[in-house]
Amino acid sequence: MDWQAFALSLRLATVTTLILLAIAVPLAAVLVLGRSRWLAALEALATLPMVLPPTVLGFFLLVLLGPRTAVGRGIATLLGHPLAFSFEGLVVGSVIYSLPFAVQPLVAGFASVDSSLVDAARLLGAGPLRLVSSILIPLARRSLLAAVVLSFLHTVGEFGVVLMLGGDIPGATRTLSIVLYNQVENFDYAAAGRTAAILLGMSVLALALIYSKTQSRASGGSRGSKRHA
Amino acid sequence: MLDLALGAHRGGFHLQVECKLTSDWTVIFGPSGAGKTTLLRLLAGLDRPEQGRIALDDRLLADTASGLHLPPGRRQTSLVAQQTALFPHLTVAANVAYGLHSLNAASRSTRVAAMLELVGASALALRWPESISGGEAQRVALARALAPAPRLLLLDEPFSALDGVASDALLERLQRWLSENRVQTILATHDVTDALATSAEVLLLREGRLVALGPAAQVLAAERDRIAQRLGTP
Repeated sequence: MDWQAFALSLRLATVTTLILLAIAVPLAAVLVLGRSRWLAALEALATLPMVLPPTVLGFFLLVLLGPRTAVGRGIATLLGHPLAFSFEGLVVGSVIYSLPFAVQPLVAGFASVDSSLVDAARLLGAGPLRLVSSILIPLARRSLLAAVVLSFLHTVGEFGVVLMLGGDIPGATRTLSIVLYNQVENFDYAAAGRTAAILLGMSVLALALIYSKTQSRASGGSRGSKRHA
Repeated sequence: MLDLALGAHRGGFHLQVECKLTSDWTVIFGPSGAGKTTLLRLLAGLDRPEQGRIALDDRLLADTASGLHLPPGRRQTSLVAQQTALFPHLTVAANVAYGLHSLNAASRSTRVAAMLELVGASALALRWPESISGGEAQRVALARALAPAPRLLLLDEPFSALDGVASDALLERLQRWLSENRVQTILATHDVTDALATSAEVLLLREGRLVALGPAAQVLAAERDRIAQRLGTP
């Protein structure tokens, strides 16, 4: 078992998920509550990574963040090293690739909140921040959980973008998926089986968590965040 | 005084209303689909008119000519609809306190208690919206709307779940409180008995157009005669 790769995968997934939440929550709120004619284009852009082949996205990012573009050179000057083939580069790639998996559940969750509740909050003086924090998030908390779990697992299991953008550098860009690929390439099926089992176990646990919460809602066992005046 | 001149399109429906509402208590009366709810939503700021202006006591709330559209929370306007829209994840007291964000905790609690007492719902303070009846929910929604001390109160058939006696008693208490606190009130209803129950000014709305505006007895004379005729027919 490559514990270094395991720790790196968890670190990458944690950082990516936190950044995704910071982006996806306001983005989903804008997509649901906004009135601009550009919202459809914005949603399409946020969904694009879902249908783009990971290797294609990884290639684009590799070129964009490499020394041949002004963006890549600017970032290299700023950080002191190029983003490609670094942990930070993997974070950028993972955030972009997993963006739809964070945004879509939140959009669905926020959109399912009764519009009369949104109207009531606005009438009572809630601005966008309070509306999101005190009404949309509490009432769509299962969607938030789904967004967190999907973003995390999608990042843990990501292969194409990681390989293209990060390569295979132990301790920096070698994640569990890369380890699994290497083990299979070396015909070490026993080790590959163990690595695959860990990835599978994480997915099953996460899905069980989501569905257990959904079940408790269906049976009326949870009202969620109770707040008293 | 509410001064409005509004034009709005909603699908195939067109609302065009221009009037000055000077009475403390105005009833917007009209059949379903007349545009009552559309008008109230425009006044509340939940929807934008295509053209026109709204002024409350000489303060402009919306003016399409200058692009002004005050958001709902900055109009000192509250709306209570038939659908109570109580926040299901907050207790009754927390619901009433929601619009009192700027007050400190002690003032907020005092205000919440006073509002719940006004609508006869003090005993419900710690209950959850899912555990109270429709009539109780409407009382709580009313308390929540009054708590931030609005200048304009919009009521969109808000007493439908209350029985007649409870509704009459609440209406009487409410009218007295609103009068004391100088809150201009507009009640939309399609029930002529609701409209005739108060000595209000009545705005008769039909197919998005203002048909008449004046004392209830005068504006609703035809409706009253029609009902009397129906009741007299075996």
